[in-house]
Amino acid sequence: MNTTLNAPLDLTNDAPIATAATDPPAVRRLLIGLALGFLGIFIFLPLMVVLVEAFRGGVGLYLKSISTPDARAALRLTLITAAIAVPLNTIFGLAAAWSIGKFEFRGRSLLLSLIDLPFAISPVISGLIYVLMFGLQGWMGPWLRSHDLQVIFAVPGIVLATMFVTFPFVAREVIPLMEAQGTEEEEAARVLGASGWQIFWRVTMPNIRWALLYGVLLSNARAMGEFGAVSVVSGHIRGLTNTLPLHVEILYNEYNFAAAFGVASLLASLALVTLAAKTAVEWVSGRSHNRLH
Amino acid sequence: MSISVRNINKRFGSFQALNDVSLDIPSGELVALLGPSGSGKTTLLRVIAGLESPLPGGSILFQDEEVKERSAHDRQVGFVFQHYALFHHMSVFENVAFGLRVQPRGIRPSRKEISDRVRSLLALVQLEAFANHYPRQLSGGQRQRIALARALAVEPTVLLLDEPFGALDAKVRIELRRWLRRLHDEIHITSVFVTHDQEEALEVSDRVVVMNHGRVEQVGTPEEVYNHPANPFVYHFLGAVNHFAARVENGRAFVAGAELPAPEFAGRAAAAAVGYVRPHEIEIIRQSGEGAAIPALVRMTNGAGPMARIDLERIEDGEAIEVVLSRERFEELELRAGETVYLVPRRLRLFADDAQSLAQPATV
Repeated sequence: MNTTLNAPLDLTNDAPIATAATDPPAVRRLLIGLALGFLGIFIFLPLMVVLVEAFRGGVGLYLKSISTPDARAALRLTLITAAIAVPLNTIFGLAAAWSIGKFEFRGRSLLLSLIDLPFAISPVISGLIYVLMFGLQGWMGPWLRSHDLQVIFAVPGIVLATMFVTFPFVAREVIPLMEAQGTEEEEAARVLGASGWQIFWRVTMPNIRWALLYGVLLSNARAMGEFGAVSVVSGHIRGLTNTLPLHVEILYNEYNFAAAFGVASLLASLALVTLAAKTAVEWVSGRSHNRLH
Repeated sequence: MSISVRNINKRFGSFQALNDVSLDIPSGELVALLGPSGSGKTTLLRVIAGLESPLPGGSILFQDEEVKERSAHDRQVGFVFQHYALFHHMSVFENVAFGLRVQPRGIRPSRKEISDRVRSLLALVQLEAFANHYPRQLSGGQRQRIALARALAVEPTVLLLDEPFGALDAKVRIELRRWLRRLHDEIHITSVFVTHDQEEALEVSDRVVVMNHGRVEQVGTPEEVYNHPANPFVYHFLGAVNHFAARVENGRAFVAGAELPAPEFAGRAAAAAVGYVRPHEIEIIRQSGEGAAIPALVRMTNGAGPMARIDLERIEDGEAIEVVLSRERFEELELRAGETVYLVPRRLRLFADDAQSLAQPATV
């Protein structure tokens, strides 16, 4: 006891403690270089290849390849699918996030797992589920046929499969935020006399709007780019049930490389627009966050 | 507006948060719900507000009107949350105006009226200059005052505050609670606040409700609950106290080697009891009287501060005793550690062990 108390404190060892922020410049440059190099080779370069290949035959050929009736139909279908799937998923995702983030109820964790399900299973299986349910040999096949309704190999199937695959994005973005924010502000609004709708629009929504927008953009990017699930339910009917990703595959398989890359560049540019929107959202939300600080 | 709670029960899973609670809060009073954590005080407050629904049975009356089945947004209560719960995407002005803006079109005040009302409330809480600030730009004490202004904006019939000073540092807490008291004296709205800080409850409130294990242990003015605790729990919870194992028999109490009069037990057969004495209600003397003093050993003295604190040890069983003396008496005694002295309780309160009987205090 006494010996430790009397021992002089060793204050001579004042060498700086190494932290991530104080690594020698060489190490920092090496790490940054590695990260940039990796991104360049695996992400930027392929994107460039798509663009270069798309324009290999000249601008004329490029414009021709993306304006064929089939390509235009594929673009239209892709946009329609996203236009239906994304808003519906936004509503369902919000409803799920609201109930999970703000309420305690039996089956809450089960619901949370169900939301993650589309992430967990292969997109091919996601597509197959709908074939087994709505296909001619499926559970509801005979009923659908007797009512002259077609789901599989038609637009409804594509929309359903896309919705299934993109469901988790909105809910997953919003739930952690809602849980972190708790329910005090909502309770405060309630005792102040606000109705359910007023609480949602005036208190809950402003608190989650950036996370929600972020989720919507991610959901949109995936909805436009989904291949696996859509491939299973689409039937690959040119000009009718081909989305852009499927159209790219068909062109590629027909050795029509210029057209394949042309359409692929179109798809990539849709993704880039989404990414740009996402960056803008982050920038604006970061700025409004800072302003509040 | 008075509040009456009658036979209210609340359960969270297997935890009985409120156990047949009945309570009357007179109109215009400032009442503290005081108790340790888990005693049910916050639950009771939330039940009154309508934020928790109690089990079926019992009733909650505002004045003489049953409100138990009314939802929180129809009860017209003002509620102040421990962590303020300000809408942090809204300015201070918008926060205070919220309760008015969400009113149905028919009864909603005009823009001008809302603006005037908000300005006068901000003046009331002395934060007029902060109307355009955001909650993040305010200190804890300022946020809590905005929360109060927001709650008052809808002209509530009762004001409920859940640990309103709990998240503030000690100095601000004392300032703010005195300010709340003055504010209450100005506006006289029936107010209930929850606290686990006995000092806060005793200083601020007209009436203290001491709670434990989902029950009301005692209701009374601060003087009543401090000077005449109804039972051992209240004794322990309000202020420091020494307790002694005792035996009572026919008007006499035998405590740690001393024999003291206990008139409230006159004519009673011998029984075990527990005696309670506050540290400042013990006199220290050098000479033993006629068996009416408890011999003890001085362990440590601390003369810092307006009162001196002495730690002693009972000679009979080695139990610790704390005594607080005035400076003058302390200097006069010149106590030294290790010396034997005698303790005379000026005011010993005895509770028979059998039923924790609610005997009247014995003044010795």
